[in-house]
Amino acid sequence: MKRLLILGAGTAGTMMANHLHHHLSADEWEIDIIDEETEHYYQPGFLFLPFDIYEPEDIVKPIRQFIPAGVNLIQESIDRIVPAEQYVLMQGGDRLRYDILIVATGAKIAPEEVPGMLGEEWKNSIFDFYTFEGALALRNKLREWEGGKLVVHITEMPIKCPVAPLEFAFLADSFFKNKHMRDRVDITFVTPLSGAFTKPKATAALEHLLEEKHIHIESDFAIEQVDAENKTIIDYGGRTVPFDLLVTVPTNKGDAVIERSGMGDDLNFVPTNKATLQSKDWPNIFVLGDATNIAASKAGSVAHFEAEILTENILRFMDGQPLKEEFDGHANCFVETGNGKALLIDFNYTHEPVEGTFPFPGVGPLRLLKESRINHMGKLAFRWIYWNMLLKGTHIPFVSATMQEAGKDFD
Amino acid sequence: MSERIIAGAPVNVNEEGFMTDFRQWNQTIGTELAREADLTLSPRHWQVIEYLQTEYRNEVPLSIRKIGKSGVVDIKEFYQLFPNAPLKTAAKIAGIPKPASCI
Repeated sequence: MKRLLILGAGTAGTMMANHLHHHLSADEWEIDIIDEETEHYYQPGFLFLPFDIYEPEDIVKPIRQFIPAGVNLIQESIDRIVPAEQYVLMQGGDRLRYDILIVATGAKIAPEEVPGMLGEEWKNSIFDFYTFEGALALRNKLREWEGGKLVVHITEMPIKCPVAPLEFAFLADSFFKNKHMRDRVDITFVTPLSGAFTKPKATAALEHLLEEKHIHIESDFAIEQVDAENKTIIDYGGRTVPFDLLVTVPTNKGDAVIERSGMGDDLNFVPTNKATLQSKDWPNIFVLGDATNIAASKAGSVAHFEAEILTENILRFMDGQPLKEEFDGHANCFVETGNGKALLIDFNYTHEPVEGTFPFPGVGPLRLLKESRINHMGKLAFRWIYWNMLLKGTHIPFVSATMQEAGKDFD
Repeated sequence: MSERIIAGAPVNVNEEGFMTDFRQWNQTIGTELAREADLTLSPRHWQVIEYLQTEYRNEVPLSIRKIGKSGVVDIKEFYQLFPNAPLKTAAKIAGIPKPASCI
């Protein structure tokens, strides 16, 4: 009996368990998935929780519910991976030998990376919304906040869901308008990038929206420290931005288990072949989702497209066939823009987001890089798709793992 | 993408002014690109530029964090040498692509 071991039962790991369980013979392969947590969070919901759009119960379900019967779920903590000897050492001392290892350990916020961020003001006037606890604490704060300077801030790239901070700023604009207190709130978007987003056409569209909503942007801001006492963030060049309420996206890092295993880069992300998703150092280790160092967005859609391609590659690897160099960096993200609208972006390693129609070229019904209500409905409908189709590995009709060029207005 | 003349030599640049062919770069062009950014290059500047070029040749993705840990320059000094957006400015002068610091 051979063993396939999956580390992490988040979006990526759960999808892989479902895909592979479907393909592998139970007589030949044992599949185990390890996660120390018991709950699975619908992470896109962390954006909506602070604004009372979603309730906690909308975005939390037991991990076990999504692991197929026949796959062993091990709810214990991992000490480290020992790739040279092909086993995973558990914190309890057990050694789990593997034939193939899938690393899906994700990314976490690391607010301790910026001096002054963690301290008395953390969850008092400084919040994150990339954790369930952070988003919930921020919801409680926003319910009673009376206004002032709201600063929405990105510490450094890469981060999960690079558009989420912008969406937060857009939704905050709507939220305060609906509470009839927009005139008492000053919103500033602070980013280490040179503009609202990383790709030129999407940046132009998004900066237009920022202007329309009277959200100021401070770009090229590389934070050095938070001066919590004086409620100011300071960058290396000495630039300061004052805040009454700081909503920050701290540095994102790969899991500490990667560091303990000596398998990561300086941010604990695992060096991974960007087209095959095989580890660059160990042929029988594969990596997907937020845990990789590849230059694709750290987003659920990316993990979903990767999972379809990686499943095929693992089956090929088991058969001794060459891997397919198929992953193209495809990402597909709804961007909430407030007031019941959203825009949609679809892009990959080489093609930036442009205008067009999706998923049917020339038809839509979704519009790329343009605000619309139907895009917003798509974003809300996606929660159902996530829980009922995506995690279970059901193919989403008409949406291919690699990006399609038809229906897009390239120059 | 377009071609422009820098320090008497034709050079391919993108719409943001970053050189697209590092082989066309030389120190005279670097000096001229620095002048366009209102900078006069000191030996410290050159050390940083050479470091960036070495990393680029080795296909190491560049970020402010990595430069801070490089031992060549700390982030504070990097900002003093290339004010405002140091990585972007230094990359432009060094003739290498704008660091993609991601997505």
